[in-house]
Amino acid sequence: MNSTGEIAAVPTATRPSPPAAARGGNAPPLAPYVLLAPAMLFFVVFLLLPIGYAVWLSLRATRIEGGSILGRRVERFVGLDNYAASLSDPELYDALGRMLVYGCIVVPVMLGLALVFALLLDTPAVRLRSFSRIAIFLPYAVPGVIASLLWGFLYLPGVSPIRAAAQAVGLPVPDFFTPHSIFFSVSNIAIWGGVGFNMIVLYTSLRSLPTELYDSARIDGCSETQIALRIKIPLLTPALVMTAIFSLIATLQVFSEPQTLTPLTNVISSSWMPLMKVYRDAFVTNDIYSAAATSVVLAAATLVVSFGVLTFLQNRAFGEDR
Amino acid sequence: MSASQIVVPPTVRPGEETSDRPPAARAAATRTHWVATVVLLLGAVYCLLPVLWVVIATTKGPTELFTTFSFRPSFHGGFTGNISDLLAFGGGDFWRWGANTLLYAGVGSVLSVAISAAAGYGLAKYRFRGKEALFRVILAGVLVPQITLAIPQYLLLAKLGLVGSYWSVLLPSIISPYGIYLCRIYAAAAVPDEMLEAGRIDGAGEARLFRFVGLPPMLPGLVTVLLLQFIATWNNFLLPFIMLSDNSKYPMTVGLYSLLNQGASQPSLYTLVIAGSMLSILPLIALFLLLQRFWNMDMLSGGLKG
Repeated sequence: MNSTGEIAAVPTATRPSPPAAARGGNAPPLAPYVLLAPAMLFFVVFLLLPIGYAVWLSLRATRIEGGSILGRRVERFVGLDNYAASLSDPELYDALGRMLVYGCIVVPVMLGLALVFALLLDTPAVRLRSFSRIAIFLPYAVPGVIASLLWGFLYLPGVSPIRAAAQAVGLPVPDFFTPHSIFFSVSNIAIWGGVGFNMIVLYTSLRSLPTELYDSARIDGCSETQIALRIKIPLLTPALVMTAIFSLIATLQVFSEPQTLTPLTNVISSSWMPLMKVYRDAFVTNDIYSAAATSVVLAAATLVVSFGVLTFLQNRAFGEDR
Repeated sequence: MSASQIVVPPTVRPGEETSDRPPAARAAATRTHWVATVVLLLGAVYCLLPVLWVVIATTKGPTELFTTFSFRPSFHGGFTGNISDLLAFGGGDFWRWGANTLLYAGVGSVLSVAISAAAGYGLAKYRFRGKEALFRVILAGVLVPQITLAIPQYLLLAKLGLVGSYWSVLLPSIISPYGIYLCRIYAAAAVPDEMLEAGRIDGAGEARLFRFVGLPPMLPGLVTVLLLQFIATWNNFLLPFIMLSDNSKYPMTVGLYSLLNQGASQPSLYTLVIAGSMLSILPLIALFLLLQRFWNMDMLSGGLKG
């Protein structure tokens, strides 16, 4: 890892950074604060404040005070009750389990395909290269909801051309909406939408690698396959790590694809994915407090999972200009 | 899914003249790499097929949709019928959704890039107390799940009486930790410190330096950030889904979803959903193809290599 990092750390675009002392040496101290002020204002109001509010809400609940049915509903502090309830709710674990299955399909398949496509694009003597590149990148322009609508109809019995084609050829007709196949149906939508973007990120970093390496490898008798496996993939590691992290974050936040399919099928329950459960708790059953607790738990889990990797990334990216 | 299964080197067929060539290099450059070409074309077909299907499906009237083979276009006036039904639906809702989407994504992304550029430049080109801590906090913001924010954002905006208004979708879309992160990378790489120093020696103020020395080299990168942010806002479903209840303020995504939802009990609406999906992605795809050269991905992947 270290050695590949050092090779990767010589892109043509970067210039040697000036000595630290020269950087902003004479700058008035106020300027950076003014430049950052608008961003920080929005950051505080629409990020930090809501998070704080979510934490505060998660510690509260409405309880009925003064007798049974005739009592008033009062909002009060309940400590960690909501967390206890949330963490002992089997529905949450079912949803997390489904998310795990979904993530185990989407992340490896999407990144695997993106890597294969990127390496193939970078192979000499490929025909129709730019057509393929643009076509595979195109779904990125299609919003997740609309991608889900498209695929939803491609899955829907009665409309699906895939089912019709299978029937015509005499193959078993696939059912995309069974409790098991639905995982693949939803994953496919995410893969379709994401593979091109990741391919382009990987392809771009491939193009920034020095080609002399390949030439000398070819002269030494390396095949294109060996060049891809032994030279390109190791050098791509930083870009692969980054695409993997963004895919993981997207997996943890999956919402619109399964939500959009719900009008078309019954196998996606209202708590199918963790965020769908949070949405239902907050806006359908109107239990804001437990929804807040669950979302705080999810956010904390996301941060814990990603923090180590992110620190690693940040040191890579900015290690030199501290 | 390892690359070795697919990246097969071109096989040398018997009888082909290869012996006098220098190894691999020239051969690889002149002969079409068929396996790679075919695999890439399969990928292209997979990515294009749903788009092609939706165009064909739009040509079918409500009854044909369920009775004729999906990939056979129909020429019985279904296309014009669907489009005019769609445009007339709810007294022009579809137009309104399109205009709203442009408003949210267009205005939102321009404002977002403006504040991200200033912040990224500030982080890259100045030393000040708390800089690294601040940057770590912003980076952590990339990871916060949207729903964690959406619920309290909804409640906070409800307190301000803004829920259901254009502001409730526009304002939260403006902050983009990822945009700030990218702008910092771009400012660090593109804006030379020497020029800033020279400007300071000549007596230029910091505002002028930002405007005339900092911004110009950052522009290509800012276009990329703008596109990313535009697509992110255009894609965003959860935020408007939660915030808005008035049909006439919906963006396209929520509008089409609500149409599909009604279609569950009224399948004739399905043709409208299909026509709507088609009409809404075609301009996006056109825009996307036109602006292709601005997809400056060096920045996205280059961020790791510094």
